[in-house]
Amino acid sequence: MAETYKIVIGLEVHVQLLTKTKLFCGCRNKFGLPPNSATCPVCLGLPGSLPVMNREAFRLALKAALALNCRIASHPGHPPGFTKWDRKNYYYPDLPKNYQISQYDLPFSHDGWLEINVARDPKKEFTPKRIGIIRAHLEEDAGKNTHDESGRGGDTRVDLNRTGTPLLEIVSHPDLNTPEEAITYLEEVRLMLRELGVSDCEMQEGSLRCDANVNIHVPQPDGTHHETPLVEIKNLNSFRAVGRAIKYEAERQYEEFRKDTRGEYRFGKWLKETRGWDDTRGQTEGQRHKEEAADYRYFPDPDLVPVVVSQEQIAAVKAEMGELPQQQRSRLVGQYGLTAYDAGVLTAKGRRTVAYFEAVAAAVGDGKTAANRMSDLIFPALSDRREEIDAFPVPPAGFADFLKKTGPLSKQDRVHLLGHMLDHGADVDRAMEATGIKPQTFDEGTLRAKVAEAVAANPKAVADFKKGKDAAKMSIVGAVMKANRGVPNDVVRRLVDEELAKA
Amino acid sequence: MSLADKTAAELVALQAAGGASAAEVADAFLAAVRDREPKLRAFVSVDEAEVKRQAATVDAKRRAGQPLGRLAGVPVAVKDVLCTRGVRTTCSSKILDNFVPPYDAHVVERLKAEDAVILGKTNMDEFAMGSSTENSALQTTRNPWDTDRIPGGSSGGSAACVAGRQAPVSLGTDTGGSIRQPAALCGVVGVKPTYGRVSRYGLVAFASSLDQIGPFARDVTDAALLLEAVAGHDRRDSTSVDRPVPVYTRTVNDPVAGLRIGVPKEFFGEGLDPEVETAVRAALKEYEKRGATLVDVSLPHSPYALAAYYIVAPAEASSNLARFDGMHYGHRTKQKADLIGTYSKSRGEGFGKEVQRRIMIGTYVLSSGYKDAYYVKALKVRRLVKKDYDEAFERCDVVMGPTTPTAAFRIGEKSDDPLAMYLSDVYTVSCNLAGIPGMSIPCGFTAGGLPIGLQLLAPPFEEEKMFRIARMYESVTDWHTRRPGV
Repeated sequence: MAETYKIVIGLEVHVQLLTKTKLFCGCRNKFGLPPNSATCPVCLGLPGSLPVMNREAFRLALKAALALNCRIASHPGHPPGFTKWDRKNYYYPDLPKNYQISQYDLPFSHDGWLEINVARDPKKEFTPKRIGIIRAHLEEDAGKNTHDESGRGGDTRVDLNRTGTPLLEIVSHPDLNTPEEAITYLEEVRLMLRELGVSDCEMQEGSLRCDANVNIHVPQPDGTHHETPLVEIKNLNSFRAVGRAIKYEAERQYEEFRKDTRGEYRFGKWLKETRGWDDTRGQTEGQRHKEEAADYRYFPDPDLVPVVVSQEQIAAVKAEMGELPQQQRSRLVGQYGLTAYDAGVLTAKGRRTVAYFEAVAAAVGDGKTAANRMSDLIFPALSDRREEIDAFPVPPAGFADFLKKTGPLSKQDRVHLLGHMLDHGADVDRAMEATGIKPQTFDEGTLRAKVAEAVAANPKAVADFKKGKDAAKMSIVGAVMKANRGVPNDVVRRLVDEELAKA
Repeated sequence: MSLADKTAAELVALQAAGGASAAEVADAFLAAVRDREPKLRAFVSVDEAEVKRQAATVDAKRRAGQPLGRLAGVPVAVKDVLCTRGVRTTCSSKILDNFVPPYDAHVVERLKAEDAVILGKTNMDEFAMGSSTENSALQTTRNPWDTDRIPGGSSGGSAACVAGRQAPVSLGTDTGGSIRQPAALCGVVGVKPTYGRVSRYGLVAFASSLDQIGPFARDVTDAALLLEAVAGHDRRDSTSVDRPVPVYTRTVNDPVAGLRIGVPKEFFGEGLDPEVETAVRAALKEYEKRGATLVDVSLPHSPYALAAYYIVAPAEASSNLARFDGMHYGHRTKQKADLIGTYSKSRGEGFGKEVQRRIMIGTYVLSSGYKDAYYVKALKVRRLVKKDYDEAFERCDVVMGPTTPTAAFRIGEKSDDPLAMYLSDVYTVSCNLAGIPGMSIPCGFTAGGLPIGLQLLAPPFEEEKMFRIARMYESVTDWHTRRPGV
């Protein structure tokens, strides 16, 4: 069945950069300071003050752009690497100069892409999709207005601490086609920028912000399609809100489209509309039509000199960039035989977790086991203990030792043992001593006899197995393991297979 | 001769020799200010107690044997567009009439570091927009040579106070001629340095890509002295250039051998007053007598420079002046209004007519649909003007011509005709568009006794040579020693 319509989504993401100081002055770049305490004549826009570019901000932005596979300031008619600052003019009390220093026609980076997994079941498969990046540019953040919402008409309060914070704006092509893809893209951007130390990407604190441009394409019988007018959705305060808002907006646009009998909607009476997402009511609400929008009168900021990015600078930033999430996932799959899903889980947990994993994998000589045991044992323990991997009391060598010595044990026993190690700071040997949980010495002949007994005692399971029910086999394995605590699971399985074959 | 008749260099030497104290010098100039201010109205603020305190500090340092700066005890007047910590800085505008900056402009810091005494803040055209100082919202400054006439502008107060012996030297700013034009009309020396030579930090911006701070003085040596004190790199201004500042005063008396003077025909065309032309031609003759060669050069794009200037400068101004909105500082309307209403009423009440005109022009030329035809095209002209100078300087050391088409005009004569007013900048704006240094030195008087200025334009960062060339003429003439009757 042909789909009713296709959703077309482009995202504009703003991230604050993790610099010590602001983009054009020496004030602290820090969230949560007392109002107007991190300000100076420059970010207050006092007369006579002048901006000076923060080189560290530019370096971080360059790192992000290179990770997004962007070209660096490659503009026809200009020398390679040439980029400049422009003023975007508009009046608002949170913008003391009444212009924002931004980049207009010659952004420092453009034409990149980011690969995301768009598999229907991302837990099982990896279906790559490249999302185009139109441009990523640097600009200064505005301050924050707090309006009196009591209805008593009190003053609006302006906090200029945020004014001048370095912001990287990343504009994607409209290559995203589902709410899930949009969220996956955001997760990938966030992971990458966190890993690179470019931004902490905390949506709650506003260090990552996102606007979504959404419309739908409705296929027509003649093979063409109608496009609804573009809507920019603002006020998206969580990834979940992004997904919900896109879904709502697509459905709303389709309804509008269906109701439209005069063809106004279809044929672009409105160019672009801005709508705000109301998370409580779960709907978007009209704000203004873009054709009435401000004319920002962009022009080059004469207070700042153009920047020319050299090949050496690019090489230096690349050299310190390290492995990017996408490269890492591919390597984990190739080098350790992990599934795309497992590789994705490890990568999503960050570089330090991957380093821990690689140390364990090297020590036990089996990446798959290392990954599975980390998922079974370490991740739940970290989340219980509200700990980061760095603080985990069992180092990779200790965990590898634990895995080698607990191979034959059941999952339950391993959880118990590890719990003891964590609670008492013990190594695996002392934990086994203390708990009495340890692999049993066994004689394969004796064990085979017990397996044979269990097979004989479960004719129904045998019959089910013969009919093709794999689970039936596991019930026999389970029964043997339960009756013979501490015997190796893999040996039991092999014996059960062999005995069933005979049965 | 009163102390107030002495040059800055003479005052430095006199004080160093124990011939006068900084306090005595300050008192002499404060007396001159009191005496002539009712006629000239050059200053918007003079804090006598503060001036005396600064002078006393210099004297104390000297008595204690501490090292002193190169302007020790020299009173310096400062255009009211330069921020002074704790001292009201108005830009001669109502919108900033209550603005007290929490910091000093870089040049004011430099003056203080050189132990100068800040004498007061001088009147100007509002936000440096104008050529007569009539656009001041505070007062009208008079030309010391004829108090019915304008002193020029926009740095009219800084020019008038030096000509009127109220200050030995002063600082002004020059965006399209605002130092050189009033210097010419008041018969003093005025220098616009190379763009980037002096930090603009603390200069309330009019047109950031054109603004430069420079000295007014009664002779070339004093101008050189003041410039070497305030010039140099400042990390707070990205456009300030990091290259060493020559000690101009050390070489100012060395003539330039084999001097080649470029004379552009475009500077001697229609609109040039014959008396001004005669004086300028005579000055060129004087140079020839001293061994210089006159070279015909062409600046073919200079007829378009004024038009380009009156697009680029207002465009930048429309953005630079956006911050004066009554929200965070400065004048806010007393009328009750919503946000947009508060903006427009505060700005409507705070800005004068000429400032409003330029904000509107600037807003218009940057608006979508018009930007390419005006702003972008003006930038192209600007590049061509720069290229004209680059080519001219391949054939000469300096370009010379009149600073202004006429001598000082009467108060009110052009105030209702902005185009006529803009034309008084016709010879000065191209220097700012090209970013090169320029200066005006006295080169004669009209029959009516009004001063005439000779303009010198030099390649970027060749102020040192420009001063030497200026001094070659000054050393054989006495125009700069004449005093107005005021």
